[in-house]
Amino acid sequence: MTTPQHLVEHALEISTADHCVVIVRESSTANLRWANNTLTTNGLMSASSVTVVSLVDGSAGSAVGVLTRSATTAGQVEALVAEADEVARAAGPAEDAAPLVEGSESADWGSLPGRTSLEVLQRFGSSLGQAFDRSRSGGRLLFGYVEHDVTTTYLGASTGLRLRHEQPTGHVGVTGKPTDWSASAWVGQAVEQLSDIDVDGLDTELVRRLRWAERTVDLPAGRYETLLPPTAVADLAIYAYWVGSGRDAHDGQTVYSDPSGGTKVGQQIARSGVRLSSDPAAPGLAALPFALATASSSAESVFDNGLPLGATDWIRDGKLNALLTSRHAGRLTNLSTTPAIDNLSLSVDGGAGSVDDLIASSEQTLLLTCLWYFREVDPQTLLLTGITRDGVYLVEGGEVVGAVNNFRFNESPIDLLNRFTEAGQTQRSFSREWGDYFPRTATPTLRIPDFNMSSVSQAS
Amino acid sequence: MPSHPAPSNPAPSKPEIDPEFQALPLAKLAQTALNRARDFEAEHADFRIERLRTQRLTLRDGGLLDASEDDTLGFCVRVIVDGAWGFAAGVGPTTDAVVRVTEQAISVARAARPIVAERIELADEPAYADRVWVSDYEVDPFSVPVAEKVGLLQQWSRDLLAANGVDHVSAVVRQVRENKFYADTHGTSTLQQRVRIDPELEVYGADSKRGVIDSMRTTAPPAGRGWEYLTGAVHDWAGELAELPELLAEKLAAPSVDAGRYDLVIHPSNLWLTIHESIGHATELDRVLGYEANYAGTSFAKLAGLGNLQYGSRHLNVTGDRTVTHGLASIGYDDDGVATQEWDLIKDGVLVGYQTDRRMAKMMGWDRSNGCAYADSPGHVPIQRMANVSIRPSPDPTSTSDLIAQVDDGLYVVGDRSWSIDMQRYNFQFTGQRFFEIKNGELRGQVRDAAYQGTTTEFWGAMDAVGGEETWMLNGAFNCGKAQPGQVAAVSHGCPSALFRDISILNTTAEGGR
Repeated sequence: MTTPQHLVEHALEISTADHCVVIVRESSTANLRWANNTLTTNGLMSASSVTVVSLVDGSAGSAVGVLTRSATTAGQVEALVAEADEVARAAGPAEDAAPLVEGSESADWGSLPGRTSLEVLQRFGSSLGQAFDRSRSGGRLLFGYVEHDVTTTYLGASTGLRLRHEQPTGHVGVTGKPTDWSASAWVGQAVEQLSDIDVDGLDTELVRRLRWAERTVDLPAGRYETLLPPTAVADLAIYAYWVGSGRDAHDGQTVYSDPSGGTKVGQQIARSGVRLSSDPAAPGLAALPFALATASSSAESVFDNGLPLGATDWIRDGKLNALLTSRHAGRLTNLSTTPAIDNLSLSVDGGAGSVDDLIASSEQTLLLTCLWYFREVDPQTLLLTGITRDGVYLVEGGEVVGAVNNFRFNESPIDLLNRFTEAGQTQRSFSREWGDYFPRTATPTLRIPDFNMSSVSQAS
Repeated sequence: MPSHPAPSNPAPSKPEIDPEFQALPLAKLAQTALNRARDFEAEHADFRIERLRTQRLTLRDGGLLDASEDDTLGFCVRVIVDGAWGFAAGVGPTTDAVVRVTEQAISVARAARPIVAERIELADEPAYADRVWVSDYEVDPFSVPVAEKVGLLQQWSRDLLAANGVDHVSAVVRQVRENKFYADTHGTSTLQQRVRIDPELEVYGADSKRGVIDSMRTTAPPAGRGWEYLTGAVHDWAGELAELPELLAEKLAAPSVDAGRYDLVIHPSNLWLTIHESIGHATELDRVLGYEANYAGTSFAKLAGLGNLQYGSRHLNVTGDRTVTHGLASIGYDDDGVATQEWDLIKDGVLVGYQTDRRMAKMMGWDRSNGCAYADSPGHVPIQRMANVSIRPSPDPTSTSDLIAQVDDGLYVVGDRSWSIDMQRYNFQFTGQRFFEIKNGELRGQVRDAAYQGTTTEFWGAMDAVGGEETWMLNGAFNCGKAQPGQVAAVSHGCPSALFRDISILNTTAEGGR
């Protein structure tokens, strides 16, 4: 059997380029999807890819060839390396050329890739079947999706660097409706192992929310005091993170651009006490601890592959502290090198309490469940438009008194980080729109005094 | 089932199917999978092997940032065992691997069976043996040297950077070649190849006195074409690139729009996206049935409305198709083995059809699927995806200028930008690349900060006229997202220019509280 390590070593050995990086990614995924209290699709998938970054030195600079291919045998890797070397030799100098990352072999380099299994699904399926039974007898319908994935990354470079990382990722989302579809509620959770999911607990929470919706209240568009739960805050924070390219900001293209030139790094962009950060070693959010890029962009570079990632504050005490910056972008912008990290945490000094605690202390407010289909309207202010879904509730006198119609909103996450009046404690969260792709987040509940509900949506 | 007339094999002048893909033992691997599935008495089995080759060229201010290439080869097996689906996918297409993955699919189906409440059955479809289909293009983008492709984009970037008022230029070209081989236990086997390309150039500038920074992007749509799209006579690149700096300068200096209600004339380069979101997705039967309730959402266009829901005005005639030449969703056979077709979705403003696959067609008691099953990779299960959903033009010659002439106080919208719609496809908001003021039937200069907001049936009900054939264009996108696990699909939408009365226009600066 050809192991990922063999593929890496073989590729590095046969490469005729001046320098080379090889990345092998093995993934194993299992999923179940359901609707109307019955399973609809499922899957057990394996995938494997090899990326070869060939670098050829020249008088004008280093040229690069980057190819990614499904390859599982030494022969396939040989063809891939030959093509990548050829592409590099035919290419002009790469704009982001930089010395490859130095290093040695990590302690777990020799370990085989991790895998998930059918048994993982079967255990979850058993609990799910019981939830279907309860829903049928309770006059409810369940819709949802659960996935478990284990992706193992092997990165080797001609400098001697050998890195391995195994990333387990699991997540579940469940939507509940009465049989006439007159209301909708959603709960979701991100985990490392599906055994950490409490299916009964999720089902119980759905029942509670559908009861809230037994009374309905129509409200017009307008600005409302609103509680954004950790799920909705995660959605907004992720968007603010993803548009955080240092080079884009330096070129005047984002909310992080200084209108007088350069970036807003060092400037107050949020209330004091606000911290937006990433840390590959964060407990419960452990993520890839080294830079990984199979293509260069304004925020990342294939030359940075293997660069160690450390804890990074993007916003510290309300001031913009760092932006997504490769070594190349750092040279262009005078920003520190701070590549992307695959997790995100938002916290507020003094933030305390759960969603239920903030509900209990509310006189009159709207409680959202989640935001959906939000897209950028104005990159300069990061004005986003989007929709509320699967539960907008009216809170009066510290209690939920009914469900409200959905709204279209127009808001900027950066503005909200300036306008919130109260924050809860940061907790593990699962973004509704982006969670399937970015599940490792921790965020608080935020109270917004004047959330802009631009128009009413008939969706229920 | 007997063989059936269906999309034709390629004419001699058509491009050749990827020889590396054809060199794989496709039929042998398929028979291995299907025979193994029969061993377990599967009611249905299909085998699919795909090669998906993609390249993205990215230039920033003329400097090459990325020319990386991705080349995925994998296979999958889907079975129905005792009324339950099972799906498994793997890499390394050897006989042993195919047997192993087939057995996994069987095991998944058996594991799923206890929580499947509805027996899976498929609508009938004729068998199509040994069919070959290739999309209509001239130059395989992967046959063109990277240096040549980059050279063209560098020249365009330099020309744009040299123009007054242009501070930065980005150029991105995405290219895809997709090979699919499909075979099932009912006797269908198809070998197909599609090529598509998506070029975008965007210029950035600033008005330092007003503190305004903005951009202007090309409106050339992605297309089911090859590299000839960038070098031939299909699109007037020289003309479009030459006008970008001036359009940007005008936008930077433009007054902010007054929020209110306006008549709109919408160019196909913008209207396609409104069609996509408010008609394309709303007429997907899987959404109507709740399959997407936990993710992409459902649809207001419920089954009870079929044949009577007044979706829009009498000018609204919409078709679904997977057959239009250069359409991004066009193909000969779908991933259920169904020959592709064209059909009505909305006729004279009334909902008359949906997009479906074999499973849903059977559930509905319909004779046949209209061929909308698609998986975006060998690692994903086929789901119902969007056909090319298009509005028919007026039979009468009507130019965009003719439509503008019917407006006293309105806006002319060109190019897409921001978009969003709710999860039942009622409430939407769109912006554009440029909004031009219309006064007394004539175009004035641009305004900025405009977005149009509406509710689907009200908006299409306000469609007062459509342009003729001469205004009809095929636009589209590479990146339509749907399903869990997430899948992307490329899809085209054809439409004429169209006139809408009394539409809500927002000022986005005011919406942002500034």
